[in-house]
Amino acid sequence: MRVTCTVNGERQQADDVREGESLLYVLRERMGLPGSKNACEQGECGSCTVYLDGAPVCACLVAAGQAQGRDVVTVEGLTEGEDLDPVQEAFVEAGAVQCGFCTPGLVVATHDLLRRRRRPDDTEVREALAGNLCRCTGYEKILDAVRLAADRAADRVAG
Amino acid sequence: MTPTPLSVTVDEGTRVAIKHQGIGSSPVRPDGTLKVRGEFAYASDLWMEDMLCGVTLRSPHPYARIRSIDIGEALATPGVYAVLTHEDVPGQNRYGLEHADQPVLAEDVVRYQGEPVAVVAADHPEIARRAAGKITVDYEVLHPLTDARAALEPSAPRLHDGGNLVRHLKIRKGDHDPQPEADAVVVGEYSVGMQDQAFLGPESGLAVPSGDGGVELHVATQWLHADQKQICTALGLPPEMVRLTLSGVGGAFGGREDLSMHIHACLLARHTGNPVKMVYNREESFFGHVHRHPATMRYEHGVKRDGTIVYVRAELWLDGGAYASTTNAVTGNAGTMGIGPYVVPNVHLDCYGVYTNNPPCGAMRGFGAVQAAFAYESQLDKIADELGLDPVEVRCRNAMEQGSEAPTGQTVDSPAPVAELLRRLQAMPLPPEPATPGPVDLRDLPGGVSNTTHGEGVVRGIGYAVGYKNVGFSEGFDDYSTARVRLEVVGGEPTATVHTAAAEVGQGLITVEQQICRTELGVERVVVHPKDTRVGSGGSTSASRQTYVTGGAVRAACRKVRDRVLGVVQQRLGRTHADLRLDGGKVVSDAYGVLADLADVLRGEAFEETVEWRHRPTQPVDPETGQGFAHVQYAYSAHRAVVDVDVDLGLIKVVELACVQDVGKAINPQAVTGQIEGGTAQGLGLAVMEEIVVENGKIMNPSFTDYLIPTILDMPPMRIEVLEYPDPHAPYGLRGVGEPPTISSGPAVLQAIRAATGRWLTRVPVRPEHIIETGFGTASHRGQEGRVEHG
Repeated sequence: MRVTCTVNGERQQADDVREGESLLYVLRERMGLPGSKNACEQGECGSCTVYLDGAPVCACLVAAGQAQGRDVVTVEGLTEGEDLDPVQEAFVEAGAVQCGFCTPGLVVATHDLLRRRRRPDDTEVREALAGNLCRCTGYEKILDAVRLAADRAADRVAG
Repeated sequence: MTPTPLSVTVDEGTRVAIKHQGIGSSPVRPDGTLKVRGEFAYASDLWMEDMLCGVTLRSPHPYARIRSIDIGEALATPGVYAVLTHEDVPGQNRYGLEHADQPVLAEDVVRYQGEPVAVVAADHPEIARRAAGKITVDYEVLHPLTDARAALEPSAPRLHDGGNLVRHLKIRKGDHDPQPEADAVVVGEYSVGMQDQAFLGPESGLAVPSGDGGVELHVATQWLHADQKQICTALGLPPEMVRLTLSGVGGAFGGREDLSMHIHACLLARHTGNPVKMVYNREESFFGHVHRHPATMRYEHGVKRDGTIVYVRAELWLDGGAYASTTNAVTGNAGTMGIGPYVVPNVHLDCYGVYTNNPPCGAMRGFGAVQAAFAYESQLDKIADELGLDPVEVRCRNAMEQGSEAPTGQTVDSPAPVAELLRRLQAMPLPPEPATPGPVDLRDLPGGVSNTTHGEGVVRGIGYAVGYKNVGFSEGFDDYSTARVRLEVVGGEPTATVHTAAAEVGQGLITVEQQICRTELGVERVVVHPKDTRVGSGGSTSASRQTYVTGGAVRAACRKVRDRVLGVVQQRLGRTHADLRLDGGKVVSDAYGVLADLADVLRGEAFEETVEWRHRPTQPVDPETGQGFAHVQYAYSAHRAVVDVDVDLGLIKVVELACVQDVGKAINPQAVTGQIEGGTAQGLGLAVMEEIVVENGKIMNPSFTDYLIPTILDMPPMRIEVLEYPDPHAPYGLRGVGEPPTISSGPAVLQAIRAATGRWLTRVPVRPEHIIETGFGTASHRGQEGRVEHG
């Protein structure tokens, strides 16, 4: 089957997609976008979190055909040229990245949270990121990164 | 002699920049930007034109004889390029880290569920999977041996030629029958379930046939050279024809110390002439790597009324599963550190590592010390309870310190602030009691938004624990690392390039390598060469050893380079200076200030040195007494856990974890706390949720749906204090960091749950039914001092 969708603002087309392939597989193996990660492929770890028509989803749980004609934004699409998104910047600075396999999913999930809530408290952050597993950090520095990104965004608005 | 006029001055900005990115600082990790952009190439992201996909057919039985294997139909499937069995292994069909006892592909017998039997290469993963399903294996199913103690019975079937015992470690210290001295005897039996490393990046690698008949393997691993050696043996090739490069590693925690897909992918690539990539999915990952040894342990402590431990008798059984992996060393660790960081004059301890038909077990963070800590720390709490003493006080009374004698008879010859760790924890403020009565935030309670309680039945408990771990490889292992450092001018700027084969698995070793080069060579720009086998072994990224050993090697190589550079300077100046150093991109004399610009000294020349560096040697322990200088360094941490337990439903919420750890010298403070937080989370996981459930040798929960690891909701806020008491024997005085927090956090959580529930829990992970089941364990209401009811 052929799947056509918009990914990170560009029209993408994949041919010969098999019925069982997920959006994650198509992004990674057919569209050259391996940023979204394949840690569990059953919706438990959140490493493959992408925006589908503006809503965060696990790309592994979306059948490739379901993405037909829709708008996908992956972690690769959050960067504007060389400039990191403030969420990405905060993850690097706060030490929230160790092995980094969970990072793309957490960056997208955090990006989504901060769009909805400018200054979430820790409890809200924990609730919002509960679907993203990290095995390295114990989450403390991920919380630091979210706070830092929120502070920066608030400063920008205030400034 | 007239001082040379100063032609240049120190550029203060450069000097400060280097200082701020050298050792003791927390510079941004060099791979961080790529990782947040999704552009970092993990092993599972590798891609090549004409690449085939490899899959593994695994045994569905824990124990069976193979009568025949028919690959005909699989091989005839369109899109399939190769189907290989043990007959296609050109070299020795055995591999293993300590003993080569594991077949690359099974021959006549399979000894665990998931043992590889055949491999398939095809042009699409689904075609490969379906073809693997068409391979017909005729098994004669045998009754699996699944109990470690039963495996040592004479009547048990022998799973390997040498029998079922991998190792029996004995500690015999002091008087073997000292009971009359003890005022009280405290006995306990404990067990620890099988934990999985659960690294997020699945096992993966890409094997590329090379023109010379050899193979290039890009792989996520912990020890390139140990992999290379085992691959060479299986392929029957010399090392120069098997070249390995580390690709991006999505976490390891011990689970990548053994081989997984390495040899299989190389076999398929050489057979087909195409690049072959193998990526496990999560389910296969549970079968594709070794786990933490489950343990059963019996302890007897004889104590005086004041809490002084007079003797310890202990027996520990570690289930190594079907193949040896690192069971030998894990048994050594569990035994030699089996009584905890305490001074005990009389020790009689037996630790057994055993073969069964359960999943193979090997390295996981904490490596034997984790299991033992649950037992010995439980015993310390039981002693405190029996004698009516404070649990911290009892620990401090018996705590190891510098100059103490370890159970191996070796003198602890660097700081051992065990008591201080505990006292500092005790002095830390406790988290606030929940506001009662009044509205509660469900998200702060056990059960969370499942709305299982509004505070009724919720009880708080507090627990303390301390643990310790050997750093580096022990018992006489030749534990070294190799570093190549080059200093030259690149684009007008003095630049160091550091090349080691030591695996970066997420912990931040590449940042540490850069920091050491900056400090030693006074340059800002440090390039980390890709990790590969074109330089000598870096040793394993395990045993909390890389900052110590590879760090030591990098420092030594830098110093050799520096000495050569300074030699050139002195030659040009025509005189010797005893006080020269490289600082801020300059050659500096303490007496005369800046003597030269480093870039001018280097000119077009590259100064390169390769150093193989070793820590001081250790010794094998005596096989009858366990005595000897077994461990080069110990590392210590202690935790305090505060938990809320819904005693009606058995649900647990860890409210806070506090940790104090001595790291000797924090080379990178941000990475140090990152290790403490991450290690603590894995200990918490083992205490309350993580277990590979094995029934009759079969894994019942090989998925992240059924094998739970802590989420951000499970992991509480942490308080951390890092102490820096230098170890005079170690580079910069540093101590390994990664493992201790995984050892002490779990026992602290377990004791806090006991304090909250009054139940003498003896098994981890603790499940709801252990808390609510009437009559579980001894069901005595011990350790209620920390119990505060609210709701």
